[in-house]
Amino acid sequence: MPRFASRLPSMRHAFLLAVLAASAAAQTPLTLPPASERGSVLLRNATVHTVTGGTLEGADVLVRDGRIAAVGTGLEAPRGVRVMDLTGRHVMPGIIDAHSHAALSSVNEATNPIVAEVQMRDVVDPTDIGLYRALAGGVTAIHVMHGSANPVGGENETLKLRWGTLDPDGLLFEGAPRTIKFALGENPTRVHGRGRGIRPSTRMGIEQVYREAFTEARAYRAAHDAARAARQPLPPVDRRMETLADILDGDVLVHCHSYRADEILMLMEVFRDFGIERLTFQHANEAFKVAPELAAFGAGASVFADWGSYKFEVYYSSAYNAAILHRNGVRTSVNSDDAGLLRYLYHEAAKTQRYGGLTDDEALALVTLNPAWQLGIDDRVGSVEVGKDADLAVFSAHPLSVYARVDYTLVDGVVRFDRARDGDDQRVYVDPGEEIVTLPSGHSDSCMLGVDLDALVLGD
Amino acid sequence: MRLFLFALAVLAVAPAQAQGPQYRAQTGTFALTDCRIETVTRGTIERGTVVIADGEIAAVGTAPVPAGARTIPCDGGTVYPGMIDAGTRLGLQEIGSQDETQDYDELGDVTPQMRALTAFNPSTIHVPITRVSGVLAALSVPRGGLMPGTAGLVTLHGYTPEQLAAGFEGVVLNFPPSGRRGPFDRREQQVIDKASKEAMDKLDEVWEQAVLYARIDSARTAGRSGTMPYQPEMAALLPVVRGERMLLVEVNAAADIVKALAWLEGKPVSAVLTGVAEGWRVADRIAAAGLPVITGPVTGLPTRASDRYDRTYQNAALLAQAGVQVALRTDDGMQNYRNLPFHAGWAVAYGQDLGFDRLAALEAVTITPARIFGVDDRLGSIEVGKSATLFVADGDPFEPATMVTAVFIGGAQIPLVSRQSELYEEYLDRSPGLTVGGATDQ
Repeated sequence: MPRFASRLPSMRHAFLLAVLAASAAAQTPLTLPPASERGSVLLRNATVHTVTGGTLEGADVLVRDGRIAAVGTGLEAPRGVRVMDLTGRHVMPGIIDAHSHAALSSVNEATNPIVAEVQMRDVVDPTDIGLYRALAGGVTAIHVMHGSANPVGGENETLKLRWGTLDPDGLLFEGAPRTIKFALGENPTRVHGRGRGIRPSTRMGIEQVYREAFTEARAYRAAHDAARAARQPLPPVDRRMETLADILDGDVLVHCHSYRADEILMLMEVFRDFGIERLTFQHANEAFKVAPELAAFGAGASVFADWGSYKFEVYYSSAYNAAILHRNGVRTSVNSDDAGLLRYLYHEAAKTQRYGGLTDDEALALVTLNPAWQLGIDDRVGSVEVGKDADLAVFSAHPLSVYARVDYTLVDGVVRFDRARDGDDQRVYVDPGEEIVTLPSGHSDSCMLGVDLDALVLGD
Repeated sequence: MRLFLFALAVLAVAPAQAQGPQYRAQTGTFALTDCRIETVTRGTIERGTVVIADGEIAAVGTAPVPAGARTIPCDGGTVYPGMIDAGTRLGLQEIGSQDETQDYDELGDVTPQMRALTAFNPSTIHVPITRVSGVLAALSVPRGGLMPGTAGLVTLHGYTPEQLAAGFEGVVLNFPPSGRRGPFDRREQQVIDKASKEAMDKLDEVWEQAVLYARIDSARTAGRSGTMPYQPEMAALLPVVRGERMLLVEVNAAADIVKALAWLEGKPVSAVLTGVAEGWRVADRIAAAGLPVITGPVTGLPTRASDRYDRTYQNAALLAQAGVQVALRTDDGMQNYRNLPFHAGWAVAYGQDLGFDRLAALEAVTITPARIFGVDDRLGSIEVGKSATLFVADGDPFEPATMVTAVFIGGAQIPLVSRQSELYEEYLDRSPGLTVGGATDQ
């Protein structure tokens, strides 16, 4: 039951109001304010997992205008700020998924080994019910990525789960750095080499695709810079080259789909040669084999908790991957890449306690602070700290317990999921042409959405 | 626990000598002492001993340690019966996208004579990965067409089908779905309806043939003359139509469940419904039919965009609330059968308000599947005379932070190693470490 109550001078009144609010709430669906809304609320008397500052018992979190204004005990709510009594509940930073394909109406532009010019922000669907299901799992931000068909995919987008808006731009995480998808291994070699008869068809070929592309982009940027300096007419603008050159300039963070240790080492070597520093390996099932090299480079790893054996290049996987990486000093996150896993990343993080013995804070950081760092938004989210966005998840029990449920999820201080007010149908938009589909859907290779693999095998 | 830690210490000091005992299962007489014992069927013993001899549970509770028995102190840890994953591809698939490593889908639509036990690969890496989490038995299920084969229950220690087989086989029927296969199924409604009707007609035809085959077989037996024609499909269905072998009816959509119940009505078969993703929609009707259900994955997605986000999590609880006997399966495409205890925990997290408590979930992964498969005389609880297929955990096995400290299958102590733990040991503190400019960190 929700325990919202306006702050009133008389405790008796407050109690009566709380009872009224609680009984009304059972019938009233949650109102979903516009994406621009920034909330103010006092979260009272919870166990607060700050991630950066330890676990605080019986603590309060004051949220003002969408930001965390204070964390402590005995905090007073300013006039007009409502109080949520969270006695017995646990608060943690909103969960961040560094690898998702939710809310995307397309995923792969698989027509060229390099498609740096396409952007996922053009295909964001804010009505995807998967976003609501993610909120119900405490997720507040997701990194929606291009697929893995190409060595260089399109630009990704970081979203906040401001469920309730029909405006795709309402979900954009303002100020988040640009990121782009790269991909190594079986997917690009299958799509281009074997599917289309062009390079790359091997991991050797993938290296050369990068070296050629960055060499060309460097020349492109140099030509533009020289023309600008000489006040000459600029050479033709090429969006693909612009983005690649921006990567060279450090303006775009690279998130690279990868599995095997050798290909991970290869890309770090290429990046060293071209002076590119910000790099996170996605999936990286064999990253544990080259953890010291990753740590020395300063690269991140964003991994599955326990997925493997779904294709040959992940046959040598281990659920200990995250723990080995973390213990070797690699900034590591646990991601979903899947509509199912996206709903319980806190549970995925908890598996690192069985497989590698991570502490509570270490495990929680895998789905909060560490993905925030990998996305370049750790100054804004990822921990419960004064000044950060009030993106918070409230659990019924310790979030690493299998018995924990998410009771509330707040984005910018606005409650956008409330378990007690969860309705039978939470869609914000119903497509009149939508078919009722009643078969359970198994896992599909999300990274390869939109690529007709059967057609490729047949040579179509 | 101490023995295991000691063994680990020995391994660290002298790996060569320790290889044998570390990698081979140990047999003999064992006494697990100072244990909490969750028997499942006979309550919880707060402090007691479990004696294992001749592959069986010889004593439970306040039993003396037999002479010559190896003593394994639980140190307050809890003994549980081995968990049973009632729906997997274990042994029939090594790598998801490599056809060469997949043996669960034979050509043909009606192939009930294809036996999972024939192709179960005892050396798959997924057996050790699964059993070190306390999941000690699994139903290995062929899939594909209308009747893709005969599923087999295995315990996860052994080198031949005979050693692996746990006493249950059942024929799989993928009940013909009447709706779309998924959001990407763009067929016209008429096409879907036609396909559905054809599949039902085919099912009825096959069934009638099997019934006829059974009648001929009965007549032949009574007349003690003649031989049956070689019809392996029919021979495989013979015990099914006679109710002597279970039919595993895979069905998920609510409308199809209702249809399957109607189809089964009046047929003298022993059936269990599997999958049953939308069982909660028609739970009363399943209960009225008196059929048991094997459902999962518990953590699956809701089947409809208009459904509550947690309906699938609650499915087992809602079925149980209606009076249905429920067992759980992972049916995990990633082969994470080791996560069965987490599925059970999820069913509790979202089902306890509906009365599906921890014991109900524990039953759903132990004694209930054992009863459904008719092997509850051997598996599913800690009772004297049953197979010593059990494990010790330092806490609640449904909790991710809990560690499994000992595993026994058929009385053999199983080493707690898998390829994943081996990779962990090798790479946690890799040697050689980082090489920079020719200098190596050992």
